[in-house]
Order: sequence, then structure tokens, then C-alpha cells
Amino acid sequence: MSTIVMLPDQQTASLPKRSYLNEEYGLKSWLLTGDHKRIAILYLISITIFFFIGGFFAGMIRLELLTPPSDLMAADTYNKMFTMHGIIMVFLFLVPSVPATIGNFLIPIMVGAKDLAFPKINLLSWYLYVLGGILVLAALTLGGVDTGWTFTTPLSTHYLNTHVITAGLAIFVAGFSSIFTGLNFIVTIHRMRAPGMTWFRLPLFVWSHYAASVLMVLGTPVLAITLVLVILERVIGIGVFDPAKGGDPLLFQHLFWFYSHPAVYIMILPGFGVISEVISTFSRKRVFGYTAVAFSSVAIAVFGFFVWAHHMFIMGVSNYSALVFSLLTMLVAVPSAIKIFNWSFTLYKGSITFETPMLYAFGFIGLFTIGGLTGVFLGSMGMDIHLTETYFIVAHFHFVMVGGMLMAFLAGIHFWWPKMTGRMYPEGISKLAALTTFIGFNLTFFPQFILGYLGMPRRYAAYPPEFQVLNVLSTAGATVLGVGYVLPLLYLAWSLKYGKIAGSNPWQATGLEWQIQSPPLTTNFVETPVVDYEAYDYEWLANKTKHEVQTVG
Amino acid sequence: MDSQVIATHPEEHAEHEHSPYLRHHFANLEQQRETSTFGMWLFLLTEIMFFGGLFCAYLIYRNWYYPAFVAGSHQLSIALGATNTAVLICSSFTMAMAVYSSEMRWRKALVGWLLATIVLGGVFLGIKAVEYREKWEKRHVPGLNFSAAGFTHQDPNYPEDKPLAPDMAEKTQVYFSLYFAMTGMHALHMIIGVSILIILVIRAWGGAYTQGHMTTVENFGLYWHFVDIVWIFLFPLLYLISRHQ
Repeated sequence: MSTIVMLPDQQTASLPKRSYLNEEYGLKSWLLTGDHKRIAILYLISITIFFFIGGFFAGMIRLELLTPPSDLMAADTYNKMFTMHGIIMVFLFLVPSVPATIGNFLIPIMVGAKDLAFPKINLLSWYLYVLGGILVLAALTLGGVDTGWTFTTPLSTHYLNTHVITAGLAIFVAGFSSIFTGLNFIVTIHRMRAPGMTWFRLPLFVWSHYAASVLMVLGTPVLAITLVLVILERVIGIGVFDPAKGGDPLLFQHLFWFYSHPAVYIMILPGFGVISEVISTFSRKRVFGYTAVAFSSVAIAVFGFFVWAHHMFIMGVSNYSALVFSLLTMLVAVPSAIKIFNWSFTLYKGSITFETPMLYAFGFIGLFTIGGLTGVFLGSMGMDIHLTETYFIVAHFHFVMVGGMLMAFLAGIHFWWPKMTGRMYPEGISKLAALTTFIGFNLTFFPQFILGYLGMPRRYAAYPPEFQVLNVLSTAGATVLGVGYVLPLLYLAWSLKYGKIAGSNPWQATGLEWQIQSPPLTTNFVETPVVDYEAYDYEWLANKTKHEVQTVG
Repeated sequence: MDSQVIATHPEEHAEHEHSPYLRHHFANLEQQRETSTFGMWLFLLTEIMFFGGLFCAYLIYRNWYYPAFVAGSHQLSIALGATNTAVLICSSFTMAMAVYSSEMRWRKALVGWLLATIVLGGVFLGIKAVEYREKWEKRHVPGLNFSAAGFTHQDPNYPEDKPLAPDMAEKTQVYFSLYFAMTGMHALHMIIGVSILIILVIRAWGGAYTQGHMTTVENFGLYWHFVDIVWIFLFPLLYLISRHQ
């Protein structure tokens, strides 16, 4: 059953006099802030910058692939292009995207706390992110890196004369930023919940961030030590990964993917959280199977640690271990499918409306399903031998990361934009942007499935002429996709000044964040909330609004 | 679920509100203390994963190149390693005493025990430096200054050890790579620990940590004991491989 809630008319809403945005003024008040909401905004600005830098490299890659020969740039320049694209998008955009911005902003509010458990560490984590970003830019301006974002040894330790050390340090530092964010979230969720906010009253957004944080805290240190070993091998020549000295490059692969596979779930789990909130709000229904969705996040986090070797089927791992990892990989599809089915059931008999966040969420469900199912293809060994290192794999992870995660990020940004800024984004043009993104995305990446299946390898600047038609389609799609990403940048900036005033609950949604003013006070709540209702309880909201008038501080 | 079961009553918090150590976003001092201790344990968990990568590499290579690991291990000085183990265990004791003094609000005792911990940490690092220098002189530093020649001949100190075949002798580089990576990472943690201790001493001298707010000292103690325990694992794994031969 869905319940329609009527709230006071939005026309009467006005911006609150005091909020976290005007509590203090000046650059210093932002750069030394301990407020999780301000840190979230700092993160939002910095990841947006890196997203467009990474996007520029993607554009250059697609431009080079417009024609079969390597004519726009030399092959090694092309190598640097896709390496920088990968490093920036993975470590500086996707990993911190939802958790460090939307999560940082909302988790304390959703659990009913005034701030994250460790505000200074939260700020430190932003500075570490910026330092990591500066090191990446340094590596870039000094001449770039061309190992691919995977830093494969012995290529990275012995055979390349590019700025591997700088880039490795950058990821090491940015990794600590991610560890601190995860640590802060876990402690906050355990220890800072408001009276009455039990684990099973938490919004699913919090559950999925909890699962992602566990992965950040347990996985990232392994990447850190691996990078330390790579750097030591490059600088002084120790032999842990060097076959000439008795080391084994395959060990690097194991250690690297022990982090980098769970990292995929670090990226996607927070996106799941956003989708749960959006689907529930715009269906006016409690998420179907709340407990199953909550535990499926945890299950993904647990299984996620036992599938890493599926990146290594062609690297000479034993057939028996490959068999086990193949089986475990398919197991991950189960909790992911639980989520997709539960969201679909949430829609069933809901009072669905089609606001922009909902459009992005629909895009997410469709594209993530394709991305996830092609992951099952790649998890089965026979198929993987044929498809790995081809454009099929490129298409697969872009369906999950761009079609899934980026859609979820944009859904979240639009959904909580009124809460963050106090103003609405323009609905018409944002729907157009959502549509443009969806069309552009499919045009870019669907042809790549076919290209990969036909055998076009990834990471080459040149390709046989028979692949050109599909590549031209893909490049054309990338252009449309680019427009789809520039549009939100423009109209969201516009809305900061000219957007309609949102009021505290423009979506008539449940959840603690919608019961406080937009933008919130620095301390979030005037007094500590006491929670005596379940998450997504639209019946409760309907009863509450019958008796109360919205208060704006 | 019944909200009454876990609800804490907001009125209870009023009495604590004036404590100078209570950060604004915590309801009371107890919540603040529990939160930071929980955070510290979680941080130590990340440290376990950090060292875990090295221990994993160690496990694999030791199984593959056991003779090289035995020969490499026999080049380390048990006397220096054992002394360092004793020094670190003593430093854990002085650290525990520092936490106790902080709890008892004994300012001078706290400063004294923290200084003792710094001295012991310094002794450990000094002995480690002597060992590193010895490795350099014996040409056992992979990459920079290494020669496997010593391992292909009979070692007079271990007459029962057979000399290694040339290819296995080369594998001692993996042993020494891990030796330097593991003890190096451990030493880095010691250096960070000693630096934090210096700050703690200066603040403790000024009277911090002995007026009822001791979480910082307590949490640093956890870190120090953790670094100590890492060494307790490193010592047998690196120094004591097959010493009975």
C-alpha cells in the first residue's frame, strides 16, 4: 500500500535565516571547518573538478578511437590517457563520490546526530584527498603514467620510465582519506544513533554505507601496503614481486585485487543506498523487504572479499582455485538480484511519480542489471577466457560504474539538492539531462559489448578498420553523454541563486533529514530527536502532518 | 521494536554539559569516550590488514623457498633481536603504567612513565639501526647492496647447514626484501609512536590527561601495544627459523 501525504504548500516556504551555509563566512571558515555538511560540500566541489578532468581524458580516448589508425596521438600518449582516466575516475571520483559527499552530509542527520564521530578526522580525510589529487596532477604534468590504473608488475616496477612513484603515492594518500571516511561512518553508525533509532529503523542508505565502510576499512590498507611494496621495488629494488630475485608478480595481482575487487562494491554500495531512498520516496511506499535489502548489502560486502581471483583467470592461477572463485563470483549475483527485485516490488502498486531523481533511478536499475548480468558472463571461466581484456569487459564495468554508480550519484545529488542548498533544481531541463545521459550512455557503451565480443582488445590506440562503425557510434554517444554531464553542472550552479525555494520537505519524504530545515542548522537538530517509527513509514508521516504544522527555524 | 528499550533519556545529559572536555556533538562524556575507543580499535583493525599483506607474502615465500629463509634467518643476530623484544615488552609495561598514572591523576608519574617509554622506543630503534648497518656491511640489502655469494659456501657458525644451490641462494633476496619491508614498516610505526609520545609528554607536563580526561593516553597506549605485538610476531618469524639445526 502506498500513502499519499499532503504537506503545506511549497509556495509559502522561505529560506531559513540561519543555516550551516551562513553560520560563518570566509574561506578560512570553510577550510578549517569541522562541520560534516561543509566538508561534504568541499568534497562535492573537488570530486566534480576531478570528474571533469577524468572525463576530458575519456573524451580524448574516444576521439582517438574514431579512426582505426593511431593518428590523433602517439600510442604511448594514448596509454597515458587511459591510465589517467582510470586513476582519476576510480580513486578520485568513484570511490569518494557518494560516501564522501552525500553520505558525509546525510549519515549524521539520518542517525539523528549533530556530526560525525570524529569531525577533525573527517576534515583530515578531505585534506588527504586533496593531497592525493595534487600528486595525481603532479604525475600528470610531469609527464604522466602509462601503467594502466592497475599498476601491473613487472611492467610498473621495471619496464616503464614514467611517474609511477608519484601516482602510487597519490593513491596511497587518497586511500587513507577513504579509510578515515569509512572509519568515521562505522563509529558514527554504532555510537551516535539518536534515542529510539534502532538498527532496523535506520534508512537503507545508512545500511549500505555501513557495508561499504567495512570494505573501505578492511580492503584499503591492503592496497596501501601493496603500493608501498611497488614503490620500494622501484626505488631501491627489493624483490617481492620481481621474478629475477625470486618474487612472483602474481602475488601483486592477488594483493591488488584483494582491494580492487571489493573497491567495486565500495563504489556501488552507496549507490544502492541512494536508489533505495529515491525509489521508496517516489513510490510513496516502504521499501519492499527492508530486512532483505539491508542484509543483502552486508552479504555483498562479505562475498565481495572472496571473489578477487576472477580478475586473474587468464594469469595462470590453478584451475581448481579458478573454479571456486568462479562459483563465489556467481554468488554475488544473489544479493544484487535481491536488491533489484525488491526495488521492483517497491514500485508495484506504488503511487509512482517521475521526478528527475526517479528517472535516474530507473536508469540505474536497467543499466546496473545489464552490467551485473554481463558480470556473470565474465565470472564463468570459459566465457572469461574469450572476453577478458576486450571491450566487452570495458562495457561491462562502465555499465556498472557509469550506468549504475554515476546515475545513482546524480539521482542522489538531485534528490538531496534541496536539502543541501535550500533551493530546487529546475525540473524540466534536469529531466532532459537525465534522458540525454541515458541515451548517450547506451550509445557509448552498448556497441562496446559487440566490439568486445568480436574480439577488439582494450588499451590499444589502433584497431582493424572493420570495427570502425561501432567505434564511431560509441564516440558519438560519448559526445551526447558529455552534454548530459555538463547540463547538471550548469543548471545546478544556476539554481543556487535562482532556484525555487525548497522548504524543508519538498518530496514529502520520510526520514530525519526531511524533518529539519533546508539548508540545515550547523548542529542539524534543535534538540536531539527521539525516533519511535520505522523508516519509510508513510502512514506515520500522514498522521504526523495531520497534527503538526511544519516549523522552519 | 520497542523504543523504550534502548532510549536514553535526554534529561540525563544536562548534568554533564559543563565538562570542558565534552565535544559539542556528543550527548555525554561516556558516549564520547566509548566512541573514541571504538574508533581506535577500528583503526588498529586497518593496521592488522596493512601488516596482513606482508605476512601473507611471507607465508607464501617461506613455503616456496624454505632453505633460503633458513639461511637468511641464520644471518640475523638472535642476541640483538631478543634484546629488542625485551626492550619493547618493557616499553609496553611503562606505557601501561603511564595509562594507570593518568587514571590516578599523577601528573609527574605520567610524565616519567611516558619519558621512559620514549627512551625504550629510542633504544629499540637504535638497536635496529645497528642491525641494518650490519646487513649493509654483509651485503644483504636487496637491490642496493646484495651478494648471494655467502650463501653458496658452508657457514662455519652452522656446520649442519648445507650450502645453498646458486638458484636457491638468489632467493635469499626475497627473504631480505621481506625482512626490510616488515621491520621497516614496523620501525616506521615506532617512529610515528615516539613522535606522538613527545607531544603527549609536553602536554602532560602542562597538566593535560590528569584531570579526568585520559582517553588520548589510553588510545595511544592501544596503538603502542599493537606495535609491540607486531614485533612479537616478527621476531620468531624472521629470527627464529629452524635455529635448532
